[in-house]
Amino acid sequence: MSLLVPLFVLLPLIGAALTLLLGHRSRAQVVVSVVTLSATFVLSAVMLFAVDAGTPLAVSVGGWPLPFGIVLYVDRLAAMLVAISSVVLLAVLLFSVGQGAADGDADTPISIFHPSYLILAAGIFNSFIAGDLFNLYVGFEILLVASYVLITLGSTESRIRTGTVYIVVSLVSSVVFLSAIAVIYGALGTVNMAQIAERMDEIPPNVQMVLHIMLLVGFAVKAAVFPLSFWLPDSYPTAPAPVTAVFAGLLTKVGVYAIIRTETQLFGNSDLNLVLGIIAVLTMIVGILGAIAQAELKRILSFTLVSHVGYMIFGLSIGTAEAIGATAYYMVHHIIVQTTLFLAVGLIERFSGSTSIVRVKGLLAAAPLIAVLYFIPALNLGGLPPFSGFIGKFALFDAAATVATPIMWVGIGAGILTSLLTLYALMRAWNLSFWRAGDDAPDDSAEARFGYLVAAPAADEQGERRVIPRVMTGAAVGMVAVTIALTVFAGPLYEICARIGESLLQPISLVQLEDVEQAT
Amino acid sequence: MTVSATLVIVMAVLYALGVYAMLERSLTRVLIGFMLLGNATNLLLLIAMGFPGVSPFHGAEGISDPLPQALMLTAIVITFAVSAFLLALIYRSWQLGEADTLVDDEDDLSLRQSAEETEDALDVEEEDAETEDEETTDFTNGEVSPLTAAYEPPRDVEGRS
Repeated sequence: MSLLVPLFVLLPLIGAALTLLLGHRSRAQVVVSVVTLSATFVLSAVMLFAVDAGTPLAVSVGGWPLPFGIVLYVDRLAAMLVAISSVVLLAVLLFSVGQGAADGDADTPISIFHPSYLILAAGIFNSFIAGDLFNLYVGFEILLVASYVLITLGSTESRIRTGTVYIVVSLVSSVVFLSAIAVIYGALGTVNMAQIAERMDEIPPNVQMVLHIMLLVGFAVKAAVFPLSFWLPDSYPTAPAPVTAVFAGLLTKVGVYAIIRTETQLFGNSDLNLVLGIIAVLTMIVGILGAIAQAELKRILSFTLVSHVGYMIFGLSIGTAEAIGATAYYMVHHIIVQTTLFLAVGLIERFSGSTSIVRVKGLLAAAPLIAVLYFIPALNLGGLPPFSGFIGKFALFDAAATVATPIMWVGIGAGILTSLLTLYALMRAWNLSFWRAGDDAPDDSAEARFGYLVAAPAADEQGERRVIPRVMTGAAVGMVAVTIALTVFAGPLYEICARIGESLLQPISLVQLEDVEQAT
Repeated sequence: MTVSATLVIVMAVLYALGVYAMLERSLTRVLIGFMLLGNATNLLLLIAMGFPGVSPFHGAEGISDPLPQALMLTAIVITFAVSAFLLALIYRSWQLGEADTLVDDEDDLSLRQSAEETEDALDVEEEDAETEDEETTDFTNGEVSPLTAAYEPPRDVEGRS
């Protein structure tokens, strides 16, 4: 099993090197990327079953003894997130392959897309399986550098402008993270997560608090937690649809994952739960109010993305095993559903040349399949039963009600309000874009009610309409099927998540890590 | 753990200058700010190493801690790569807009303006947009690109001479 873990970083990196060499043969690039990500998908499924059935996996890279060497550590949470991300990465890759095959090289420079995309995958996997803080930092940097290339793909004026904001903000957060690592090393003499947890009690509580806050600030920028979320709705909507989809699904969740590790493994005793709870409530409310003011679907979704990160932070602020399990389930649900929605919006953009809900109309009659592909994940994100969004939110609120402190009730109230407002924002888009009659007759009632939307950003942009290749629709249909599977198989999945919650509450010690490493 | 006060002071100054430069609108200054911040962080890692001893290869007592040095090397490489990417980005931004400043998002501005119009009754003092600080680095008013300016004769840059 010790060979299995490093493969998640190695395979995509080798794939990236190959695709870079095959720069002029786009078809060979596609084959290499699809084979690489399919292989990681199969391996991740194997790893998830192995880890869930038995013990975690730990590999010390290069044979250096613990705690000096780099250690890769896979517990249930890491295994599940690796599995979910490989599903998302593969589906979005197929979607973008379809798009690239239809548009040709002129519009999206494919030759650099595939290497960057695979490096992004390597960075995401590396972050999930990192067993020490510095390796987590390296994983972050790998995925960030790849994301810099992807977000400025094509180097058009708008992408350079928004990309610059994204890049500079990410750089600052990386510097904060690296400084935090330096200070932690200075205080504790180690970067190994297990050893940090053991030594944390030896230093004064105020120093612990400083370290804790530094790490949280660095991660909160990446996870787009209010008030550090301002960059996200600005930079995501201009990127190409598949890039936005994979960023929305995975990049913020890597930040959330790092916050989970910080709260459970590193600072199990240092308590910032009240602050986290307040921040979570603000993230939910401010994010969703932003979504309501938007008239452009990608912007609406970017704002809902910010507000739904609030649910995961709220789950962490509760701090019980049930709550952490519910957070893990919510993460899985949100990765899949948010990606699916962005893919559906990518289809809408190609079909009607625009994603403005003021401009697009009559989609239900013109493209019923796209309507279904939008409607199911939209209801799911809004948290309507019986979908997984409802299950995740209900589990979170249930865990919060058990604790029953005042901030928990505020959080539950904010969560329900956010859920309803999400539903409102997404269903308003549904009413305007799908249900409104498709002819050019002026619709006075709609314009009177939603006249304020005309002033919203990018409300009247119109691009060209393009054909939708079957591969793109297929990828989107596949993702919608996965969202339904999350609902149908919610029982077994939720049991895994409950076990995640149980195991995360007991930070792993160095001796345990060594045992695991011997057994692997 | 004893550390050199010089290192700490230099690090603090670098952090301060780096943050100051990053707050500028000019992307070149942002890049300089980022490099200063990166170096400040590397110094912080060096400080975290503690008092410097002899080279670890000697294997004797009193060796310096090798791990922060390894971390620093990795951080230096990452900073270097990202700086190179930023330079390319700045050049592309210059090609597109003949300025290396960050441009305002027009959509955001229009949204803000429409919000201000509706809030006229609230008697908000309007800032004079004309007095906005438009600082950029020096080559923005020139007619040639910063790279081709060094050559004779100046070549065409995207149709502009």
